[in-house]
Amino acid sequence: MSSILTQTSETPSESQHTPWVEKYRPKNLDDVASQDHAVAVLKKTLQSANLPHMLFYGPPGTGKTSTVLALAKELYGPNLIKSRVLELNASDERGILIVRQKVKTFARLTVSNPSADDLARYPCPPYKIIILDEADSMTSDAQSALRRTMETYSGVTRFCLICNYITRIIDPLASRCSKFRFRPLDDANALARLAHVADTERVNREAGVLEQVLRIANGDLRKAITFLQSATRLHLDGDEVAEITNKSILEIAGVVPDEVIGRLIAASAAKDMEKLFTTVNDVMLEGWSSVQILSQVHDLLILDDSLQPDQKSRISRVLFETDKRLSAGADEHVQVLNLLSQLSLIL
Amino acid sequence: MSLWVDKYRPKSLEATDYHPEIADRLKALASSSDFPHLLVYGPPGAGKKTRILATLQQLYGPAVEKMKIDVRQFQTASNRKLEFNVVSSSYHLEITPSDMGNNDRVVIQDLLKEVAQTEQVDFSGKHRFKVVIINEADSLTRDAQAALRRTMEKYSGNIRLVLLSNTTSNIIPPIKSRCLLVRVAAPSEAEVATILDKVCKKESVSVVETERSQVLQLMAAHSGRNLRKALLLLEAMVMQNDHLSLKTPVIQLDWEGVIRDLTASVLKERSVAKLQLARTVFYELLSHCIPAKVILKTVCWELLRGVQRDSLKVEIIELASVFDERLSLGQKAIFHLEGFLAKVMVAMEQ
Repeated sequence: MSSILTQTSETPSESQHTPWVEKYRPKNLDDVASQDHAVAVLKKTLQSANLPHMLFYGPPGTGKTSTVLALAKELYGPNLIKSRVLELNASDERGILIVRQKVKTFARLTVSNPSADDLARYPCPPYKIIILDEADSMTSDAQSALRRTMETYSGVTRFCLICNYITRIIDPLASRCSKFRFRPLDDANALARLAHVADTERVNREAGVLEQVLRIANGDLRKAITFLQSATRLHLDGDEVAEITNKSILEIAGVVPDEVIGRLIAASAAKDMEKLFTTVNDVMLEGWSSVQILSQVHDLLILDDSLQPDQKSRISRVLFETDKRLSAGADEHVQVLNLLSQLSLIL
Repeated sequence: MSLWVDKYRPKSLEATDYHPEIADRLKALASSSDFPHLLVYGPPGAGKKTRILATLQQLYGPAVEKMKIDVRQFQTASNRKLEFNVVSSSYHLEITPSDMGNNDRVVIQDLLKEVAQTEQVDFSGKHRFKVVIINEADSLTRDAQAALRRTMEKYSGNIRLVLLSNTTSNIIPPIKSRCLLVRVAAPSEAEVATILDKVCKKESVSVVETERSQVLQLMAAHSGRNLRKALLLLEAMVMQNDHLSLKTPVIQLDWEGVIRDLTASVLKERSVAKLQLARTVFYELLSHCIPAKVILKTVCWELLRGVQRDSLKVEIIELASVFDERLSLGQKAIFHLEGFLAKVMVAMEQ
C-alpha cells in the first residue's frame, strides 16, 4: 500500500483531472485486492517467466484489466511495456479486418531486445502480450480469425482475453487458454481499498458513506470509486470539498429513494386505481429512471419474507415482462403503470 | 418578436426560478477547474436545456450566445451523403443525432473527433475545452453510444459532453458511469403558476383580479407540469382573448380533442362500425405526424378516465403495455393501434 502513496506525486492540476479509477489502479500484483487464487497462479508464472494464453472472466469492476496490466508492468517494466504490449478494447474498431491486420502484424513481430538495465530489474520474457479487453463483444467471425493466429505465433506472443461472459467466447478459443475466474470483491477488501482512496484524496465524508457507496455499486469497485469521485466534484465549493452526505451519493448513482419506492408499493397494495394512477404520474414527473425503479422494486419484493413463494414467482414474471418491454424501447410511463397495476393483483 | 418561452428563458443560473440546489451545484462545477461530463435527465419541459445553456454562460461568458447554424456533410459506410444541421458558437456545439436515425454513429464519430482533435488556440479563454451538447441522448443507438465511450475518455482534455435525455434507461452503463448524473424534476404546479404569474405581470396581461390565482392554477394543472407547454398555452390564450378569467376556455390541442371524441364514442358503444371509424381517425392522426406511441398513450389515458371498474382498468393498462411494446418492435403502427382498441372493446364487453 505504501508504494502507492509515494507514486502519486504528479502535479496537482494533472492529477485532479485523471479519473481516480486510473490513478489508483494497482501498480503490482500484490496490490490486487481479493483475487488470491488468480494472483497466486500468476505469481508462479512470473518466477518461471513462462505464461500460457489467458482468459479472465468475471463481473465488471473485479480487477481483470488491472491484474493483467499489473502483470505486464512486473514483467516488462515501464520502458519495454510500450513495445511489448498491445491493448485493444471494445471501443476500438475490432472487426475481422483488424484481427487480420493489426493483431496479426503485431503478433508476428519478433521481440525487441531489452536494455541491460531493464533486464537486470525485470524478468523481460521473450514474448509480447496482446490484451483483448471485452472480448465477448467481438463477433464470432473475428474470434474465429484469432484461432490460427494464436497458435502460429505462440512462440513470440501471448494472448490475454478479458470478458464478462465466458459463454460468449467461442469454444476453440476458450480451450486454448487457461481460465481465471474473478469473483466479486468481498466487502472487507473492497472497503479497505475504497477507504484508502478516500483517505489519500482527503475526501471529507459523513459516517457510513463508503458502506453506502459499496452497497450501491454491488461489488463493482470501479463503479464505487467513480461514484466517490463524482460526489467529491459535486461538493466542490470553490476548491474546498464540503462533507459528502449519504443522500448525495444516492442522487449521483441515480438511485430512487426508498421513500419513493415505498410510496409506489403502498399505492399498489392499496388496490386503489385512482391513487395508483396519480402516484405513478408524480413519480414519472420527478424524472426517475424506470429501469432503476424496476430493479429496486425487485430487490424489495423478492427479499420480502412475508410474501408467499407463489406470489414471488408471479411477481418475478411481471418484472420480467416489464423489463423485456422496456429494453424493446416501450414507453416508460405505461410500463411502470402496468407493472404496479399487475402487482396490485398479486400483493 | 420571440415567443414568451424564449423571451423569458432565464439566461443565468441565478435567474432560474426553481430547483435552487441544482443551480448551486452547476455553478460550483462551472467555477471549479474540473468540469465533468454531464448527463442531465428529466421529463420534457422541466428546464434541462435552460439550465445547461445558463451553465455555459457561467463557463464562457456572453460570447456563447452568438450562435450560428452550419450544414455539415457526412458520408456513411455505404457512401451515402448525409446533411446535418449543427448549431454552434465558438465555445460550444449542439447536435441532435437522433435526426440521423441509424447513421448516428457516423455523425458522432466524425463530428466529435473533428472537434476533439482541434486544440483551442486561444489561451486567454477560461477553459481549454469545448462543450458538445447532445440532445435526446436516449435515442442514440447502442453503436453510437459505444463510439461515444472511447471519445469521452480519449479526448477528455479538449471536449466535455453534456447529454440531455428524458430517461437514463436507454443509456448504456459505461456512459452513465463516466458522467455526472443530474436529475431535473418537473416543476410543481405551484411553481408553474408562479412563473405564469410573473410572465403575466411583465407582459401586462389583463386577468380578472379576483380569479387570478385560480386561472393560473388551472392552466398549470392543464400543462401537466410541463413549463414549456404552460407558457405556450398562456401565450395562445392571451392572443385569442383580451381578458383571462375562469370562463375563458382553455385551449385544447386539436388532436387531443379528436382522440377524446373517439374514446367517448367507444365508451358508449362497441361495434365493428366503431372500429372502422377508429381506423379513419388513427390514419388521420398518423398522417398529421402524431407519433403512434403518443396516440396509444393518450387513448389509454382517456379510456382509463372513462372506465369505472378497477379490474377493467388493470386490463386496459396491461393491453396498452403489450401493444406499446409491439409498436416499438413492429413497423406499421396502424395494426397495433387498431389491435389495441379492438382488444379493449372485447375486454369492455365481458
